[in-house]
Amino acid sequence: MRIDTIASWWEGFAPYVPGFAAASGLVLVLSVLAIVVSWICGLVAALAKTSRFSALRRASEFYIWFIRGTPTLIQIFIIYFGLPQMGLRLSPFVAGVIALGVNGGAYVAEIVRAGLSAIPKGQMESAQALGMSRWHMMSRIILPQVFRVILPPVTNEAITMVKNTSLLSTITVVELTLYSQTIIATTFRPFEFYIATALIYLVMTSLISQAAGHLERHYARSL
Amino acid sequence: MAGEPLIRIRDLRKRFGAHEVLKGVSLDVHAGEVVSVIGASGSGKSTFLRCVNVLERPNGGTMDFEGFHFDYEEGARRQPTAAQLRDLRARIGMVFQSYNLWPHLTVLENVVEAPIRVKGERPAEAREKAEALLARIGLAEKRHAYPSKLSGGQQQRVAIVRALAMQPRLMLFDEVTSALDPELVGEVLGLMANLASEGMTMLLVTHEIGFAREVSNRVIFFDQGVIAEDGSPGDVLRQPSSERLKQFLRRVLHEDAYHAAPAAPLLGGRT
Ligand SMILES: Nc1ncnc2c1ncn2[C@@H]1O[C@H](COP(=O)(O)OP(=O)(O)O)[C@@H](O)[C@H]1O
Ligand SMILES: [Mg+2]
Repeated sequence: MRIDTIASWWEGFAPYVPGFAAASGLVLVLSVLAIVVSWICGLVAALAKTSRFSALRRASEFYIWFIRGTPTLIQIFIIYFGLPQMGLRLSPFVAGVIALGVNGGAYVAEIVRAGLSAIPKGQMESAQALGMSRWHMMSRIILPQVFRVILPPVTNEAITMVKNTSLLSTITVVELTLYSQTIIATTFRPFEFYIATALIYLVMTSLISQAAGHLERHYARSL
Repeated sequence: MAGEPLIRIRDLRKRFGAHEVLKGVSLDVHAGEVVSVIGASGSGKSTFLRCVNVLERPNGGTMDFEGFHFDYEEGARRQPTAAQLRDLRARIGMVFQSYNLWPHLTVLENVVEAPIRVKGERPAEAREKAEALLARIGLAEKRHAYPSKLSGGQQQRVAIVRALAMQPRLMLFDEVTSALDPELVGEVLGLMANLASEGMTMLLVTHEIGFAREVSNRVIFFDQGVIAEDGSPGDVLRQPSSERLKQFLRRVLHEDAYHAAPAAPLLGGRT
């Protein structure tokens, strides 16, 4: 490949760099907000699943069953296209964050539940036997251990979330995928632009893996 | 023994579903007494110990300990509150078969956690006391190690120190050497023998008949949910009155013969 070919490619890209940067920024904002929503939904669902009230347990089970058994895209459509019919009209951005958050919450709930059950009962009993309050035991003894156990699946969830924002292109959120589609519509260069888009996603997801890897190595000291 | 007992238990009952595990256990333990609890597997020894610090909530009976009076009878008004339970447990140390050290905290952090955050000791003071305790068991240089880097015997001795750091009035031990490799049993029993000789009040479940005989001043035999025999080690272990205790002793002493080694260092530590 000749130098001038690369140079002419770059000239083709250069005008779109600010646009790509903005679209990437939007992906990050969407991901962070959706992850926050997914943790709220996930923790509530995990708590509900261990509740004394069978109605709450049933609701939580239904939620997890429904979300995991249906396509994410259909869930997004239900919230963006379906809810207005019920009188609730949301902007594409808000609908997207809610849909992805509610979707992720079902997976977070399962991760948290599995993490809690991975901690031996003796860990709680030794804390209780020393006179600790429930709150002290959870915050200082149990949750720090749960966090270590669930770090790998939580990392996977975060990566999935970043990739799932791509689905919001279907409801007119101009994130990375929709942005590159609009460029391709005028430049007719799908190969270069889709590859560039993929690389940007790859950088974001790799950074998440790297950060998680650092944390895991940090925790491995005590293993 | 004369005077008020440190702990007085009357007619303690506990069932799991329809399965009645404790059918009315009464026991007084005086300060400084070392009581060994023996009995077949499944006879309710662990359940009894766990009822003493209310890790299991009894279904009936009463308990008096240092001004606490708990009445577990159904509908009784003196059921313990959450705050009372925390207070009670802070004064009763418990050591488990599986050590249960917290793996994400160092040895020192394990030991100072409860003194600082439950008893409200100043961190510097708690650390100093913890280091002195660790030095006494020869683990001072391990204070910044994580539990996984310690042998089972070392972990169990740290677990004992963690309980001692709360300055308990009573220590409960539930088969604390059962999970250990035979060559590590001696160091743990040695530490317990030292504690006993220093006057710690101890209630311990053990299969180490040699230890029960040498170190405790009282042995109780659990059978079918009640205390079937209660007396000095000499009486209970050498002249068992019931056929079931005789059978039990034959079984465990037979097992003992396979790993008799642990008894030796213990006898040395008891001077
Ligand atoms: N949490 C529990 N739920 C149901 N049954 C239990 C529970 N804990 C103990 N048991 C039962 O109670 C009986 C006594 O158990 P345990 O106190 O552990 O005996 P030991 O310590 O003497 O071997 C056993 O039959 C055991 O299966
Ligand atoms: Mg037991």
